[in-house]
Amino acid sequence: MTLRMRARLAPYLLILPGGLWLAIFFVIPIIALLALSLDTGNLINGFRETFHVATYVNQLSQYHTQFIRSFVYGTIATAAMIAIGYPVAYWIAFHGGTRKSAYLFLLILPFFVTFVLRTVSWQFLLADQGIVLGTLKNWGLLPQGFRVLSTNFAVIAGLTYNFLPYMVLPIYVALERMDKGLLEAASDLYANRREVFRRVVLPLSIPGVFAGILLTFVPAVSDYVNAEILGGVNQVMIGNIIENQYLVNNNYPQAAALSFVLMAALLIGVFIYARALGTEDILSVSSG
Amino acid sequence: MSSGNDELPTPDILRGLSQPRFSRRQLLQAAGWGGAALGAGALLSACGVAGTGAQAKTTKSSIEKFWAGKKKTGVVNWANWPLYIDVSSTNKDDHPSIDLFEKHYGIKVHYYEVIQDEGPFFAKVEPSLQAHQYTGYDVAVITNGIYFTKYVELGWFIPLDHSLLPNFNKYAATKYKHEGFDPGNVYSIPWQSGFTGIGYNPKYVGEDINSYWDLFNPKYKGHIGMFGNNDDLPNSILVAMYGDPAKTGPKQWRAAAKRLNEQKPLVRQYFTQNYIESLKSGDLWISQAWSGDIFQANASGGSNLKFVIPKEGGVIWTDNLTLLKYAQNPVSGMLLMDWYYRPEIAAMVAEYVNYITPVPDARQWVDKDAAKAKGSNKASLEYIAKSPLVFPTAAEYHETYNYRVLTNKELSVWNSIFEPIYLGA
Repeated sequence: MTLRMRARLAPYLLILPGGLWLAIFFVIPIIALLALSLDTGNLINGFRETFHVATYVNQLSQYHTQFIRSFVYGTIATAAMIAIGYPVAYWIAFHGGTRKSAYLFLLILPFFVTFVLRTVSWQFLLADQGIVLGTLKNWGLLPQGFRVLSTNFAVIAGLTYNFLPYMVLPIYVALERMDKGLLEAASDLYANRREVFRRVVLPLSIPGVFAGILLTFVPAVSDYVNAEILGGVNQVMIGNIIENQYLVNNNYPQAAALSFVLMAALLIGVFIYARALGTEDILSVSSG
Repeated sequence: MSSGNDELPTPDILRGLSQPRFSRRQLLQAAGWGGAALGAGALLSACGVAGTGAQAKTTKSSIEKFWAGKKKTGVVNWANWPLYIDVSSTNKDDHPSIDLFEKHYGIKVHYYEVIQDEGPFFAKVEPSLQAHQYTGYDVAVITNGIYFTKYVELGWFIPLDHSLLPNFNKYAATKYKHEGFDPGNVYSIPWQSGFTGIGYNPKYVGEDINSYWDLFNPKYKGHIGMFGNNDDLPNSILVAMYGDPAKTGPKQWRAAAKRLNEQKPLVRQYFTQNYIESLKSGDLWISQAWSGDIFQANASGGSNLKFVIPKEGGVIWTDNLTLLKYAQNPVSGMLLMDWYYRPEIAAMVAEYVNYITPVPDARQWVDKDAAKAKGSNKASLEYIAKSPLVFPTAAEYHETYNYRVLTNKELSVWNSIFEPIYLGA
């Protein structure tokens, strides 16, 4: 092989591992998923490819409520995570001093416990007569009938809690790598603290927020553990439906169709979002 | 019928005090969910899924043909639910009834507590069975109901050789030889049974509960729990409305679904797990429940829940010992299955798990153990020996019903009727 040929091939060889990875673990499964979603049949007699598009129509008309609910929950939870996570990241980045890494460690410490156990713990803490609500009720601060579990609030709060670090960390990175000289420059140019934040800090940290949204919105929408443990009759999310279609009913095409729609909706949403805000800054945050 | 309504001794004198037990069904869901997620990946690798339903009819000659020349092997792999067998008092990973089997036959038993729920276990063994491969388990404990029927229709159970089941034939309660879901015990013999009834917390429910319709009482609004599954939820209501679910069809199913939908505003949660904790904490006041769960919750202390089999009739389910297709140690598996029909062995399990044993004669051995035991141990063993939830009488069996056996065709109708109740908006 000549040197020139080698040079020309080099970039392709370099992306080969990544490309193969993507092909084997993303492209092929997606195609398989799409194909399966167009099958008809059942487990006993087998599933055959019949290009049965009606499955999509049926499933969506049957479960659109849970679909919309999942996106609403995901959106509210993501907004809540920004509202909670931004100040936390800001404080650690600008006021954390020498103990920054200790604070970050404390932030992620609860997440060394598995997802499900963390969620189950909330079920215990927020029980109707539990240590929080029971006490408040005994003091007469809450009516006896009040409850948190099995409400929309419980599920959204669970989602917010469970994905919070994925919001805080990218914002923290964006703030941390900011050139502090810029802030001083802004002050020198007579910007007050609010103006500094609004015109310098916030715009520079937006890529971090964007990365945080990507990392949290997608898993929050497709989550089903929080709805299962903290939710009740009217909190069923699309993830629960997919789980049930796949595991309980063995309705593989139906489960595949719902998964595909969910994935497509998320991908399109992310794509539009990326086009609107650009992706260059995100890359710089995640590599920075 | 008030068989389950008798007072439990105070929790501290129940033998379970020294061994906090978890509900068999209280899924260690973390593992279950994780497994489910992984299972999905395996599925996606196949665009179409071949059916195996067109299995050869199980005939006498095909059974003989399978078993001809099969010999005892040195190991057997057994999949069971967690905390569903006797445990040594000194080492919780040691099961005395298995030790005795190993010693008696010289067969090594690998005991796996891998079944946390029907669906995830099915998802786990399905890829192997689809690929005509050994699942790694010879004996598996499968509950009668929708999944059991699926295994049968897919031809994934090995028909049993009854010449290897002398103890079953001698000691099993008559009821278990005439199960609607497996007539003639072609594929299965029972491991343990239990009732689906009503559990309630007397701290919040000030009256004696005795009917399914108590679950529809508006005064418990927001504190009523129902099972979010296609077996217990529909069958209980069918029993309440029509008696035997076997005699119902789509018309009755729709009527039952209508009642359940009317009940919905009162229900707090259609749960798949963890209801015992909610009953203890007071989030749920009254709920559908499995008999052994309530017994074990009280036995482990800290609660005084009650369990009743409603007067309209109980729903009884049976967890069955089965041989999974492509088992590599079928003969040893059958020896193991039959081993648990020796009354003294069945007693060892009954004393620990507190579900219904299929071996009525085990009671004498529990009595004997009680006579030997002292203190709280004695009280608890005596309680087990007379408990109708462990040793039901013939009359009590008579008033209980099995899950509706559903053909594949009926199943999709059944699911489409009942599923929207607990998955609906």
